[in-house]
Amino acid sequence: MGRYTLRRLLQLIPVILGTTFLIHFLVWNLPGDPFAGRCGERPCNPAYIERMTELYNLNDPLIIQYGKYLLNLLQGNFGEDFRGVPVAETMAEVWPNTVKLAVVALSIEIIIGIGAGVLTGLKRGGFLDNLVMISTLFLMSLPVFVIGYLLQLTLGLQLGIIRPTVSPEMPWSELIVPGFVLASLQVAFTARLTRASIAENMRADYVRTAVAKGLPRRRVVGVHLLRNSLIPAVTFLGTEVGALMAGAIVTEGIFNINGVGQTIYRGIITHDATAVVPMVTVLVLVYLLATLLVDLLYAVLDPRIRYE
Amino acid sequence: MTEMISTQSRPAGEAGRNYSGSLLEVDNLLVEFHTRQGVAKAVNGVTYSVDAGETLAVLGESGSGKSVTAQTIMGILDMPPGRITGGEIRFRGVDLLKLPEAERRKIRGAGISMIFQDALSALNPVFPVGWQIGEMFRVHRGTSRAEAKKKAIELMDKVRIPAAKQRVNDYPHQFSGGMRQRIMIAMAIALDPEILIADEPTTALDVTVQAQIMELLAELQRESNMGLILITHDLGVVADVADKIAVMYGGRIVEHASVHELYANPAHPYAKGLLESIPRVDQKGQELYAIKGTPPNLLRMPSGCAFHPRCPYRRDNCVTDVPPLYEVDGSRRSACHYWREVLDGTAG
Amino acid sequence: MSDPTALQPGPVTTDAQATTESQATAPVGKPSSLWSDAWHELRRKPLFIISSVLLLVILVMAAFPQLFTSVNPEWADLKKSLQPPSSEHIFGIDIQGRDVFARTIYGARTSILVGVLATLASTLIGGLFGIVAGYLGRWADTLISRFAEIFLGLPYVLGAIIVLSTLAPVSSDPSRLRIMVIVILVMALLGWPILMRISRSAILAVKHSDYVMAARGLGASPMRIVFRHLLPNALAPIIVVATITVGSYIGVEATLSFLGVGLRSPVISWGLAISEHANYLRTAPHALLFPAAFLSATVLTFVMLGDAVRDALDPKLR
Repeated sequence: MGRYTLRRLLQLIPVILGTTFLIHFLVWNLPGDPFAGRCGERPCNPAYIERMTELYNLNDPLIIQYGKYLLNLLQGNFGEDFRGVPVAETMAEVWPNTVKLAVVALSIEIIIGIGAGVLTGLKRGGFLDNLVMISTLFLMSLPVFVIGYLLQLTLGLQLGIIRPTVSPEMPWSELIVPGFVLASLQVAFTARLTRASIAENMRADYVRTAVAKGLPRRRVVGVHLLRNSLIPAVTFLGTEVGALMAGAIVTEGIFNINGVGQTIYRGIITHDATAVVPMVTVLVLVYLLATLLVDLLYAVLDPRIRYE
Repeated sequence: MTEMISTQSRPAGEAGRNYSGSLLEVDNLLVEFHTRQGVAKAVNGVTYSVDAGETLAVLGESGSGKSVTAQTIMGILDMPPGRITGGEIRFRGVDLLKLPEAERRKIRGAGISMIFQDALSALNPVFPVGWQIGEMFRVHRGTSRAEAKKKAIELMDKVRIPAAKQRVNDYPHQFSGGMRQRIMIAMAIALDPEILIADEPTTALDVTVQAQIMELLAELQRESNMGLILITHDLGVVADVADKIAVMYGGRIVEHASVHELYANPAHPYAKGLLESIPRVDQKGQELYAIKGTPPNLLRMPSGCAFHPRCPYRRDNCVTDVPPLYEVDGSRRSACHYWREVLDGTAG
Repeated sequence: MSDPTALQPGPVTTDAQATTESQATAPVGKPSSLWSDAWHELRRKPLFIISSVLLLVILVMAAFPQLFTSVNPEWADLKKSLQPPSSEHIFGIDIQGRDVFARTIYGARTSILVGVLATLASTLIGGLFGIVAGYLGRWADTLISRFAEIFLGLPYVLGAIIVLSTLAPVSSDPSRLRIMVIVILVMALLGWPILMRISRSAILAVKHSDYVMAARGLGASPMRIVFRHLLPNALAPIIVVATITVGSYIGVEATLSFLGVGLRSPVISWGLAISEHANYLRTAPHALLFPAAFLSATVLTFVMLGDAVRDALDPKLR
């Protein structure tokens, strides 16, 4: 396990280097004037150009630019927004709220997604199975912001069951609907993936062995079958963390949650590309670390991976 | 659930204790598979029995119903599509098919246990082997984790896995094929079952390893006096270990005999064909015999004797009349109208 | 016999029947049984039939919006702003006083155009790289695979936000054509690695098969091997993924436009319409709900279609 962890860490380094280089290159070094059109109709004012040139060392050769940029990133210096407030400061302030929302979303994803997947995988073709297959098809097709507005309109504005926007104290109960909105797509995928893998593993020889050992059915399903069937769902979780973050931008915008997503959303609306790019860059780094974490979890669940 | 088995190691209960018949009796078992194309009669009136310390070899090609019979005994048949439409399976005189599932479960693994052909897929890939062996004690006997692990190591020693203590936490994929089958065996004999069903236990293994596994099984059987049902398609495997043989074809037993009788002089054309298709040293250079034709389609069984399309002894009534199990002598049976001719070796 | 489920007919029968039928009906000289099998299986699938009909409607809508509405989607009457649906304007009026129905109909063109072109572009880039990586192997494979990994390290929408807020800053005012080209190119730029992986593994799967070896042994040129033997085998999984990708790209375009970094006025886009009316959800939900419904139905169509095509072409893909 130690060696596997080390190897995964080592594999992550070139990806982090490449991705950050790609971002830096696309933002500042595409052919043409990087400041053309950045400040609306008018050309950018010289003070702004000067500050950006200094902040990102735009006068240096590309490789040195990037080296300095990377060094800044490593020191937690992600850049500044339009008013000169460090992005890291803003992020640190709103981060806990996003984590809170993500915890709710992830719990919903696991409880509903895996629960529905297991139930339908064990008993395919029934009423519940058809219901889940059709509703997941819809969840997969509705963009996050459509689901968000639909629920805000029906549950919040028309029925009055929930507050249309989350209050600043962020009580857990008010996060359930935004959490579901954020998790909606992943719930659908998780349910389908789990269903397929339960159905496949149910015919596996080791499940038959477990029955032949005289284990009670709930142990056969709950221990032997489930542990194996969760592996694909967990790996999927890793690849979808990125989509979850993009979803957070939309969800937090809709439900007025003062998190990272809303900060980015506000940055886009107020035309503050200067702040949006570094903030999204932080999300990308978090995403890469999350995939590493999921990879390790994968190895915990499936011993065959560790000894590859 | 645990006390019942630990205080009284004979799980079939008092009623079964004084039973005078065989330890395990399969009586006129009928199993069907319901498919969209029709009903496949996979097991069609199979009857056999095993006693303590006895080895019954069930011989037949794939589709003969030998594995389905075994799965039905274990109660691990997939239902649906499978369906048991008749017969009894008596363990110590108690019909397993009439037992409630909770009672049935206690017998599985403790009274009757089973090992499978492909140990790699039959063992759970995500749990350590020691954990999987120990699970038998934890679930059936309520043993503590530590104690179960100790017992697992003892069992791994018993089936001669080198350095058992170091390997108890390893996973199935870290073992060789032969070692994995030993782990499977350790798990199956953990609770001293009275009957062990081995479903093609050596088919997936190298020839040298095959012999070791068979030796191990024979030795374990001698030690614990359990009844062994050995399911195989390979006549060579059974010669040394089996006491009696049931040859199956198309869901029926076509010949039932002691090993010596069958090897010396088979009384059914199919068994005869099987014997003649084994390469033998004294026939070096001669062309090897092969049974002509293909195994029967279970959905469209031939009329009369299922073997008639492939049979060199076929006569007209073979096409119309299903042969009963004729008594040849003693416990010997043959499902051939012309078993006398087969015994004499005079082809139709 | 040890596996009684082997007796279950399942797809085996339909396959067998499909083969015999297709052999009977397929014109001579068309041996590609995978495709005719797939077609015969698809034709009796309700999922496929429903989604094809929907797709046809959407495509007609995109090509000939005039067939559905005679109202000019640009025509605005501010006095009518946010009027609810009426017999005259069945979907109501939007914030700028424009007819929601007309704008929703015309929105199909944008969505289809962006979704299909972006998919096409990423399929071409990804497919080409995948074939090269899979066929050449060695250093070419390593290089391309590592390169793709870097792009995969950039989550789709997040990456698009970064690139788009640079290439087409929110405050800028690019022309209709320019912004569409930029959005399509950015989506292709970020999307190609997935299609590269699919085609690469499809190529690898057949590269070492006996018949490719035989063709090589007989002296077939690399071009011939790629186009005659490798490409046809990689096509099935690529088509399946591409179909689903069109749907998800349409959703992505709407999301980006909704966020304000994608398409922008005067382009008519469902995502844009939703974004413009988010603040009037309470007073004028119609201006948001109708485009949202059309958007969801379109994505649903492609997801269903992809599902059906996948089941028919490659049941193992999932």
